[in-house]
Amino acid sequence: MTDTTPERHAFADGMAVLAAAVFALLGLALTFGSRDPAMAFHGALIAAAAILGGLAVLSGVGAPKKEDRDTYMDGPIRVATIAAVVWGIAGFIVGDLLAWQMAVPALNFDIPWLSFGRLRPLHTSAVIFAFGGNVLIATSLYVVQRTSHARLAGRWSPWFVVWGYQVFIAIAGTGYLLGITQSKEYAEPEWYADLFLTVIWVVYLLIFLATLAKRREPHIYVANWFYLAFIVTVAMLHLVNNAAVPVSFFETKSYIAYSGVQDAMTQWWYGHNAVGFFLTAGFLGIMYYFIPKRVERPVYSYRLSIVHFWTLIFIYIWAGPHHLHYTALPDWAQTLGMTFSIMLWMPSWGGMINGLMTLAGAWDKLRTDPVVRLLVVSVAFYGMSTFEGPLMSIKAVNSLSHYTDWTIGHVHSGALGWVAMVSFGAIYCLVPWLWNRKGLYSIRLVEWHFWISTIGILLYITAMWVSGITQGLMWRAYDKLGFLQYSFIETVEAMKPYYVIRAVGGLLFVIGGFIMAYNIWRTIRGDEAVDLAEQPRVAAAPSVRLSPAE
Amino acid sequence: MSYETVASISQVTSLLLFIGMFVAVLAYALWPSNGARFEAAQRSALDLDRKNPAQPGQGERGPR
Repeated sequence: MTDTTPERHAFADGMAVLAAAVFALLGLALTFGSRDPAMAFHGALIAAAAILGGLAVLSGVGAPKKEDRDTYMDGPIRVATIAAVVWGIAGFIVGDLLAWQMAVPALNFDIPWLSFGRLRPLHTSAVIFAFGGNVLIATSLYVVQRTSHARLAGRWSPWFVVWGYQVFIAIAGTGYLLGITQSKEYAEPEWYADLFLTVIWVVYLLIFLATLAKRREPHIYVANWFYLAFIVTVAMLHLVNNAAVPVSFFETKSYIAYSGVQDAMTQWWYGHNAVGFFLTAGFLGIMYYFIPKRVERPVYSYRLSIVHFWTLIFIYIWAGPHHLHYTALPDWAQTLGMTFSIMLWMPSWGGMINGLMTLAGAWDKLRTDPVVRLLVVSVAFYGMSTFEGPLMSIKAVNSLSHYTDWTIGHVHSGALGWVAMVSFGAIYCLVPWLWNRKGLYSIRLVEWHFWISTIGILLYITAMWVSGITQGLMWRAYDKLGFLQYSFIETVEAMKPYYVIRAVGGLLFVIGGFIMAYNIWRTIRGDEAVDLAEQPRVAAAPSVRLSPAE
Repeated sequence: MSYETVASISQVTSLLLFIGMFVAVLAYALWPSNGARFEAAQRSALDLDRKNPAQPGQGERGPR
């Protein structure tokens, strides 16, 4: 049989160059067609990225060599891992600047680009979509290959997904600073950025499915189910919530297809499931691969993981209305959202127990390996914040907690405690594995990172509990004549000490991020590890891993 | 058909559908003969049985 590989590669290269040309033309059309300088800038960004990408394909940079067919495709995963660290630190810094602005409003320096309203979506998008998204792309493409024992599908498409996603982030982020927003929380990018992301996401889904299709394992491992639920559901949420009609092809402004309470419900169906499927299902995929791999034990109960998966995805999708308690949303819809939120206790805690009990018989690793500790403490935070969430969705509790800092504290116990900590754990596992190192540059720096960020998180969430409940109680306090006891500014004044504590907690978290970046940088550079003897054998890449001691 | 009738039919149908799906998931997950299959599948997917490689580098399988 003739070897058709060179022909298939040539075809793939041709298609990649064609796609790059199409993107470059679209970008140039926006650049020269639009009178809005911000859109022209974004068009130029797309065109420049497409031209660079096309040139890379033509010159063969990053093209898999023939013998690479026998290996996993890790190049795009390396890029996404580094991107996660870089965007993570950027997002943490912006978040902490916002925290200081809350305590000292003058810190916006009267510069429009540094105003709270523009920086806030920059922070949320940077941490959720840029940091979290890159962690999810990196780990999902790693896990699907390893647990399927199959090389990633596609020759250029994984590169397109990873680099295209970075371009999307750059368009979204610079757009916020320039004042472009469709004012939907966590879905701020305007129509043209949304369309660009849609193309990237569909390619991501196809790569994932095609890799699963050529797996050499009879069973699809549970982590992949969670990743797939994340990819499919985010696609659906993104398409429905962002349905909009642009004013014209050359303007950034668009009008959302929905109005009134339907718009609000669609938005929070999206918003809550961004939490449920982006920040939960995807990261549970990380939990189900990296904890068992790091402690070298199977998942505590694979049966429970199956029940966990199906119950979580069927229940989560209904919980959104709890964001709209006591609004124009019909009462039955509010009660439905509350009921499903409470039902979520069961799958959430079932999953948490499954993750924690995977350590059964190996609890000592919690003491000896700070990477295991990051992974396990993240699962504990997952349990805590998924207990708190349903509690806050109960209407009576929500009447006190809603619109207060308690919500912000809750979000951050999930985002910093669960999402970021499990991501740090996964990144510390991944980097030596991807760059074929014998271990991390320093496991003691991981220890420092763990403690500094844990203290930071605790300062953050305790400050926000006290501040949120104080706020809620002050807002509802009446004097004996039936007048509100406090003016709004008095409640703001009462928050000040907690805002300072929160900002200090955030600063500790930022410092932890820098410690990680330094450690990762030294590891990637190939510097000799300073404390290799203290690292477990699984810290090393599989290709250089030693046999067990026994 | 009034709104109330449609609403109650859809509520009862979806309730039964949910219970049915949950029962199906439980049956699949807890079916006695599936237990050993699941354990074998996850050990294989995670390369957990390759802890005693003859030489370094044999701990995990490649894509081919």
